Amino acid sequence: MDLSSSLSLIAPEIVLSLAGLALLLVAAWAGDGASRMVSIAACVALAAAFFLSVPAVDSGASGAGRIAFDGQFRADAFAGFAKLLIYLASIAALVVAPAYLDRTRSMRAEYPVLVLFSALGMSIMVSASDLLTLYIGLEMQSLSAYVLAAFLRGDDRSAEAGLKYFVLGALASGILLFGMSLTYGFAGTTSFLGIRAALADGLPVGALFGLVFMFAGLAFKISAVPFHMWTPDVYEGAPTPVTAFFATAPKVAAVVLTARVALDAFGGHADAWRQVVVFAALASIIVGALGAIGQANIKRLLAYSSINNVGFILIGLACGTAAGASAMLVYLAIYVPMTLAAFVAVLMLRGPAGEPFERVADLAGLSRVRPGIAWCLMIVMFSLAGIPPMFGFWGKFVVFRAAVEADLMVLAALGVAASVIGAFYYLKIVKLMFFDEPQPAAAGGTGPLLPLGGRTGEAALATRDDDAAHWALLVIATALVSPFGFLATGWLGGLTDRAAAALFLVV
Amino acid sequence: MGGVPILSLMLLVPLVGAVACLLVTAPAARAIALAATLIDLALGIVLWAGYDIGGAQWQFVERADLFAGFEWALGIDGIALMLIVLSVFLMPICILASASIDKRVGEYMAAFLLMEVLMIGVFAAQDIFLFYIFFEAGLIPMYLIIGIWGGDNRIYASYKFFLYTLLGSLLMLVAMLWMVEEAGTTAIPTLMAYDFPPTAQVWLFLAFLASFAVKMPMWPVHTWLPDAHVQAPTAGSVILAGVLLKMGGYGFIRFSLPMFPEASAQLAWLVLGLSMVAVVATSLIALVQHDMKKLIAYSSVAHMAIVTAGLFAFNVQGLEGAMIVMLSHGLVSGALFLCVGVIYDRLHTREIARYGGLAINMPRYALFFLLFTMASIGLPGTSGFVGEFLSLAGVYQLSSWVALICTTGIILGAAYMLYLYRRVAYGEPRNADAAAMPDLSAREYAMLAPIAAVVLWMGVYPESFLAPMRQDIQLLDARIARAAPPGDARLAVGTVAPAPAATAGTEGAH
Repeated sequence: MDLSSSLSLIAPEIVLSLAGLALLLVAAWAGDGASRMVSIAACVALAAAFFLSVPAVDSGASGAGRIAFDGQFRADAFAGFAKLLIYLASIAALVVAPAYLDRTRSMRAEYPVLVLFSALGMSIMVSASDLLTLYIGLEMQSLSAYVLAAFLRGDDRSAEAGLKYFVLGALASGILLFGMSLTYGFAGTTSFLGIRAALADGLPVGALFGLVFMFAGLAFKISAVPFHMWTPDVYEGAPTPVTAFFATAPKVAAVVLTARVALDAFGGHADAWRQVVVFAALASIIVGALGAIGQANIKRLLAYSSINNVGFILIGLACGTAAGASAMLVYLAIYVPMTLAAFVAVLMLRGPAGEPFERVADLAGLSRVRPGIAWCLMIVMFSLAGIPPMFGFWGKFVVFRAAVEADLMVLAALGVAASVIGAFYYLKIVKLMFFDEPQPAAAGGTGPLLPLGGRTGEAALATRDDDAAHWALLVIATALVSPFGFLATGWLGGLTDRAAAALFLVV
Repeated sequence: MGGVPILSLMLLVPLVGAVACLLVTAPAARAIALAATLIDLALGIVLWAGYDIGGAQWQFVERADLFAGFEWALGIDGIALMLIVLSVFLMPICILASASIDKRVGEYMAAFLLMEVLMIGVFAAQDIFLFYIFFEAGLIPMYLIIGIWGGDNRIYASYKFFLYTLLGSLLMLVAMLWMVEEAGTTAIPTLMAYDFPPTAQVWLFLAFLASFAVKMPMWPVHTWLPDAHVQAPTAGSVILAGVLLKMGGYGFIRFSLPMFPEASAQLAWLVLGLSMVAVVATSLIALVQHDMKKLIAYSSVAHMAIVTAGLFAFNVQGLEGAMIVMLSHGLVSGALFLCVGVIYDRLHTREIARYGGLAINMPRYALFFLLFTMASIGLPGTSGFVGEFLSLAGVYQLSSWVALICTTGIILGAAYMLYLYRRVAYGEPRNADAAAMPDLSAREYAMLAPIAAVVLWMGVYPESFLAPMRQDIQLLDARIARAAPPGDARLAVGTVAPAPAATAGTEGAH
């Protein structure tokens, strides 16, 4: 394969890198005043990358023609589908950020650049078909993410989140590297296809250790139990737009990457990793659900919710089938708008002085003061809980259907039963918003209070410009997870089936 | 029929109404809700009139390929028809009964209209996953109805209702996924004729039982019901008792029995055993209640146990009886909750002891209340008698003992209902405020009189209600006949005994 065709396959990544480098220079010279312009330019770059990825997904691109750089990089439909989600989630992270960061005067031009580089790293991750590409992509994404987590320089919690993320992330990278070296040692190659061929005769114990260590490292990245401890702290400490970003794009990238490693490199040894994945899946569902119940902070609660959701996604992986991989993609495609909508709703809630709402208790009586947000959030919560007719049900449905088809009845039954625990805290949010009375406005307490009677407070005035963008995002994301989503099941299923088939083709 | 997708239309009307209710003021919302439910009632009557008794098994069939993995497939048989008619009949009455709701009326009406969409959807769905979506989605509006407009302990009741039902139905979902995988279709009519391997049937049956037993509710998973009933607003109780509980019975009749006949026969003793316990235990519990709604809630559990016993009698009488008990109970318990609602709106208490002597100051109310009390007991001439008689006759063919124990439910039912009636309507007025309550208003007449008429109609001429269902019940009976357990009271025509009698007779004549 010659260089020019390789380069044409990585067109989205080239756009992102060039845009990132150029905007970095702009940011360095023009200063923070240009942050708005840089954000818009970054959005344009991401949108361009999005449209460059569309044809591959639409045509279900697969096979040898989509392999670039001698097997280092695969731009197939499976990667393409993940890229679409990643770019959209990144755009959303750029759209919601200015309103939040401006309030503390901490919006700087580096923010869109970091998001851009992070998106580039994720883009490389999902296309990786070699351990080295995997690692480069992962580190590129992670290093940008560490900085993003600590973006609020003046805020101790943000700094703590960044530091925690960095230390634990470095540890996970170390574990992952260790697993990669073991795998390389026993397989003699870093290419996924080569590893698969080398292990075709059997899995040596050393390679099994390599596999387990690699999965441990990846489990950290997708925040699956038992490597989830960092998630609530980082999600709570990081600025909310960044948390929204963490909960969506990198999660998609890491999950898809894990699927690639499991189904591509170790595709011949599904039995070896299945137990690891099954354990992580069930543990994530249960710990995610139980952990969320006692949380008083919305962002921590959503962190546990994301752990919970990762568990369901891993059930799709545990199937080890094309249907399972397709189900994972469907779940991710529903998970991203659900999570985005939840975070956007949280971002839109502010106290009279413009301070963000972070406590779960602040949601009390929301349906009386901000009914629009409350109704959207209710749809999102029922969707997250997987209650039909909300579209979140479909994600769980396809995952469990794949599990049943793969004869994992027990896993499906346990997963389904554990999802009832999760329903409890989603119900709690609905209960707070709809059943409880709003907090009294003039209580004089220290907690943030709602501007009674709608958006009459000064905060509402101060943020009216950005509200339109937030509303648009919230309404679009909510509409996607509402029952209308079911009309898209045929289209979505076709796309993900083709994408999953691409993953399984070159084996 | 004429090509009009009447079932989809019946789903669309309340759905549009629900959206409209969210956007308008309280009085407009009430008017819209009443109009939408009345239109649906009219459509329901058209449906009944257009239903061809003895014609095709599935009528008004609609099919649209909207989704991947399942279909928008609607269609009804006689059983579904009667339950849909019950739903659309009760809905306008529920809207009328909600006059005392004064907070967030638009949202309240929207929740009720949404509930109507989902109820009709459950009974009309011909795709197993479409059924599941309607079945499960009903949790959301009911959760809101109990949680927002319920009584003091509404939060606890709403959680309990939601989580109990959710756990049961999720297990059913896994079973459904397996069945679809095995049979290769999501169409309910095809699945009803598919023979699953008997060993798998047992697991599938248990998974479905987990869902329907909670919904029904069967002892010992009935405990959510009294809480939910007591806390729900009056109209919520009516819908809960009138229609939602019927979804469990409908599930048994549509899924468990035809799809898993062998497992149903094998586990019939389990269902019958639980039914016997339920009839006796919950009737006794009802006897000692101080709260009117709780008493009626426990009586619902007892009546539903007669339904399950009748369903698992494996004969036509049992099945017909179970269906009539369901219809009758839908009307009667709904009406009883309305009766409670009428006096609750005046005095704001459900304590039985606070009332007394209402026959003096509310004679018309007392008359209606008496009628529904008698119907609940199963007095001949009311709908309760027809259903209970048929189902117990069916059970008797299977097992005398089960019939014997279930029949005590009628006696105990008479005890707790008459005791309730005596304490509320007879005797001397105990409280001045209760004695000063005015009699029924025109609106309350409009609520109670139609139900009373139908209760009498069903009691005097049940054929109108049995006729549409007869063919479907015979089909079901034929389907489960191969697995039907032998009854302990099968009477055989003797071959020997008559002969000597005949000779004796001839001899005597000589």
